[in-house]
Amino acid sequence: MLRRFHHTQPDGFEFSKENLKWARDQIAKYPSGRQVSAIIPLLWRAQEQEGWLTKPATEYVADMLGMARIRAYEVATFYFMFQLQPVGTIAHIQVCGTTSCMICGAEDLITVCKERIATKPHQLSPCERFSWEEVECLGACANAPMIQIGKDYYEDLSQKSFEALLDDLFTNRKPIPGSRKGRFSSEPQTGVKCLAEYENGKAKFSPAVSLAQMEGDQ
Amino acid sequence: MLADEDRIFTNLYGMGDCTLAGARKRGHWDGTAGLIKKGQDWIVNQVKESGLRGRGGAGFPTGLKWSFMPKNSDGRPHYLVVNADESEPGTCKDREIMRHDPHTLIEGCLIAGFAMNSKVGYIYIRGEYIREKELLQAAVDEAYDAGLLGRNACNSGWDFDLYLHHGAGAYICGEETALLESLEGKKGMPRMKPPFPAGSGLYGCPTTVNNVESIAVVPTILRRGATWFASFGRENNTGTKIFAISGHVNSPCVVEETMSISMRELIDKHCDGVRGGWDNLKAVIPGGASVPLLPKSLCDDAIMDFDWLRDHQSGLGTAAVIVMDQSTDIIKAIWRLSKFYKHESCGQCTPCREGAGWMMRVMDRFVSGKADIEEIDILLQITKQVEGHTICALGDAAAWPVQGLIRHFRNEIEDRILQAKLSA
Ligand code: FES
Repeated sequence: MLRRFHHTQPDGFEFSKENLKWARDQIAKYPSGRQVSAIIPLLWRAQEQEGWLTKPATEYVADMLGMARIRAYEVATFYFMFQLQPVGTIAHIQVCGTTSCMICGAEDLITVCKERIATKPHQLSPCERFSWEEVECLGACANAPMIQIGKDYYEDLSQKSFEALLDDLFTNRKPIPGSRKGRFSSEPQTGVKCLAEYENGKAKFSPAVSLAQMEGDQ
Repeated sequence: MLADEDRIFTNLYGMGDCTLAGARKRGHWDGTAGLIKKGQDWIVNQVKESGLRGRGGAGFPTGLKWSFMPKNSDGRPHYLVVNADESEPGTCKDREIMRHDPHTLIEGCLIAGFAMNSKVGYIYIRGEYIREKELLQAAVDEAYDAGLLGRNACNSGWDFDLYLHHGAGAYICGEETALLESLEGKKGMPRMKPPFPAGSGLYGCPTTVNNVESIAVVPTILRRGATWFASFGRENNTGTKIFAISGHVNSPCVVEETMSISMRELIDKHCDGVRGGWDNLKAVIPGGASVPLLPKSLCDDAIMDFDWLRDHQSGLGTAAVIVMDQSTDIIKAIWRLSKFYKHESCGQCTPCREGAGWMMRVMDRFVSGKADIEEIDILLQITKQVEGHTICALGDAAAWPVQGLIRHFRNEIEDRILQAKLSA
């Protein structure tokens, strides 16, 4: 699939101090001389810093790893999680559209995105705070249909609960990730049929949702 | 139903304590050093005797795969690489291990690493699993702090470092050699085999790539014995297995069950049945997107294991069960998979790069009925020209769902085409 860098690019890129230190730690995971292995994590961190992956950031990472820039361009354009154009500043909504989600109603979610965010994927909403795209199976099919925003999964959605989620985002409230049908994680919605001994002692949120909530509190 | 005391993943839903202390209470990291001290041959033999077949889709015997690694190092390091790039549509099982029962995987890495003379392991997790990565990293950090990883890991006398690495959204990186390319910092394009990774894998060194679940079950197999594991399931299809059931069931879920459970029992017991009852079932994709679907008539007696499903022209794959009831537009459901494969073809081999697009475009027209009846056989022809003509199995994976559709639902495609002609 052909993917290109955006037509308008910023002048330059530099890792923040913390990210630079983090990047050096990443590189140390690989044998000496194999620092190129760190390219995906580093490009990803650059994207987290800027919101999307710019050409100067890709070149900066290539130079840092001592690799030909063309090799870094190849990586940036090959992997779909690299957003090569600006995305919504508040949220880029990734709707899973693959079969399990599709047969459970993902198309309704996409319709909502078209109506409330932008008619086309990767297009910014008029306020530039939101964008959306359809993505392939995110590996949470037993909680279909679902979406990803940033680090988090929002699962067991319906058109209605998705609209409510968007209402929250539009009014600057951070929605709680996880199931919209009250499931803890991937157990049957009607209650666990095995491992019942842990059910009573369970925390309010699943581990993944707890992480998100902790970050939200900071 | 599999009894709780026979479950390996006792914290599958994350309701228990996910920390090291919690994992220990549930019996993990128990006597690990003792297991390692029994030696590499003992471990590999136990895994062979357990009958464990790879849980990532292909079902290759894990112990045999391990025994392909060179016995002695020629100076090159050996690597263990864990394939945590769970991306096969329908599949969401390794996710539960990594975020809820991570210590099963970490302990498994140490043991597998030792068994294959490897002092370094990498876990390659799909990029979208960000929370899973954070939770797994926290568990790895805990293991280091407790001396279970690193120098003289777990007092076993073996040094073992374990690192997490992540991808960035490319299904193809679930193919083991594409994964290695990606881990080396390149585009994820599969390599020609031979050489096989056991001879020349990561950085040109002997490497074994195993699925998360395959590694995570090993410590319990060693503790409880190969015969215990082998007591579940039919011959050649042994063990317990995590199933992920999605689609039109009343309660989709992820659950560990015995291999060779009947499809009906799996769906009725764990998912509260098919939406609208068993008779409302239309078809099931039993093992993730790449395996051909089974129509209801075959589902009635289907047994969820490698051999039964293969004998019925489908496959267990990743045990990702996608259930479709009578309301499903089956042509569209499979078209969506064609779209997926077109999107995910890495573009290296012409039959797959071009063929996946052709298949999708013909399927496009089958969905709307704007096609000719003869095109059904033309499409079948195309799938045969892609299948088996590419470096990796993505081409096959793109062809099989379409073949399954034509095999079992040709009538429905014909009807759609005739309908469209009538109303034109
Ligand atoms: S199909 Fe949507 S998460 Fe798998």
